[in-house]
Amino acid sequence: MIIIGEKISVIAKKVREAMNSRDPKPLQELADAQWKAGAHIIDVNTGPAEEKGEELMTWMVQSIQEKVHAPLCLDTTNPQALEAGLKAHNNQWGKPLINSTSNDPERFIMLELAAKYNAQIIALTVGKGGLPADAEERCGIAAEIMARAAEFGVPLENIFLDPLILQVCTTQDQALHSLKAIKMFQELNDPPMKTVVGLSNISNGTPKLMRSLIDRVYLTLLVYEGLTAAIMNPLDKELMDAMKTTEMFMGKTLYAHSYLEM
Amino acid sequence: MSFVVPKESYNGKVLSVDFGKGDKAVVIGGENTLPFLSFEGEIPNRPVVAYEIQDCPPEDWPERVRNEYKDVSGDPVTWAKHCQDNLKAGAIALRLVSTHPDRENRSAEDAAKTIRNVLAAIDIPLIILGSNHIEKDASVLVAAAEAASGYNCIIGKAQEGNYKTIVAAALAHNHKLIAMSELDINLAKQLNILITQMGFDKEKLITDPMCSALGYGLEYTYSVMERIRLAGLFQNDATMQPPILGDVGMYVWKIKEVTAAEADVPEWGSLEERGVAWEAITATSMIVAGTNLLIMRHPKSIGIVEKTIAELT
Repeated sequence: MIIIGEKISVIAKKVREAMNSRDPKPLQELADAQWKAGAHIIDVNTGPAEEKGEELMTWMVQSIQEKVHAPLCLDTTNPQALEAGLKAHNNQWGKPLINSTSNDPERFIMLELAAKYNAQIIALTVGKGGLPADAEERCGIAAEIMARAAEFGVPLENIFLDPLILQVCTTQDQALHSLKAIKMFQELNDPPMKTVVGLSNISNGTPKLMRSLIDRVYLTLLVYEGLTAAIMNPLDKELMDAMKTTEMFMGKTLYAHSYLEM
Repeated sequence: MSFVVPKESYNGKVLSVDFGKGDKAVVIGGENTLPFLSFEGEIPNRPVVAYEIQDCPPEDWPERVRNEYKDVSGDPVTWAKHCQDNLKAGAIALRLVSTHPDRENRSAEDAAKTIRNVLAAIDIPLIILGSNHIEKDASVLVAAAEAASGYNCIIGKAQEGNYKTIVAAALAHNHKLIAMSELDINLAKQLNILITQMGFDKEKLITDPMCSALGYGLEYTYSVMERIRLAGLFQNDATMQPPILGDVGMYVWKIKEVTAAEADVPEWGSLEERGVAWEAITATSMIVAGTNLLIMRHPKSIGIVEKTIAELT
């Protein structure tokens, strides 16, 4: 499974301070730690970044890739900042991933950028009119986004469909709807569509001590349904161990006594 | 409508490993497709056959293969030169049988001396094998690695019970290493992990999943080799990407089909042909399963296998 390390986010105080003072070191250390823990892609979440967004994203992409030779997931709602990040991104380490588009016309510009820069893109299966009720609705939205992507010239293999994981503590029934959506998304195309989730949303709002447990049990179910990628915390060893064990049970990796160390 | 050949695509690649020195050095592995499927990927190196010799006369070898070397096998240097000069061997595998406690129990120092003498006489690559005695091999192969320092040999076999000292010796003297496990793919992977965790480069490893002769468990060996390749190529499992060794000769040249006299089983036909065919068929099965390096005994069966490799390439 593709692991997208979530730790470089404007929500974290340490990251926000480093961003504001343009201090690359804390960001490089976080990127490096996630990379070494098994992340394949590093998420770079600058938030809306309305002020100096372009300059900020350029600086972040260059600072991180200077230290870690991995592709980045550019996570901002500001299209100008996103384009600046795509320009700065070193594709030698892999294609960048845009986070994200949706069925909201205001987000179609992200598809345009994905086509222009041959980037991969996360497509949230939500529209303008509120949250989807169930897996079927998510599939309907996914199909519309796929058609839109074709218009913009984004190949389907560059798209990761995201069912939008909701908090289990407030919308318990949505956990199952999202799982079902992961299974159904794959059937929308042959070869199957790729899928992604923002995993930690599931445990948002639950007591801190329970979050890791909730994340890893839910990840196990998602992996079983064929999930391609997850934005998650690779520094959570128990989470990583649960994922490796699920993949081993599914025959995706070969068992050896030391499989958790690989 | 024209026919389009269906092609698989692979995520991983078999590591390439070189051994020996100068223009006689040999490279094995490096393919990114299943054996001989060159229309699907790159196969930069053919499987290689090494001639097996011993550090003492092969009294335990059946007559039909022992006779092939009767004038040279009294001395490992003469034997090695014969393989290189007369049989045009590309590589030699020297098995230090005499060091086994149940044989002559010769010392590690004796083994080191033999190796120095053989290396001085040949310029083709050398594989150095212990006597497959866990404790004794640990000391013999350490001395052997030192004696062969600078020759870029393959040494082996490191097993679960003795790998630490042998890995350290191969590391210190810059040799390639055979990691052997007993017909168990999970243990094969585990041993490779343990060895690389000691700081040994996976690009210097060769996996021996343990061989067996046709009729004596060949299908188990075949299946383990096949699964190693599938894990390395499809799952891109880096621990399962070293080249594979098939130590064929020693498993074939002891079974009743290659030893039973013609007078006892006339319906089995010529003893000579039987032995050659048995070794050639076993070895051919191995290369089809993914073996990159074979160790064999009879010049005729080696000839057949090399011809088959040339025809399949």
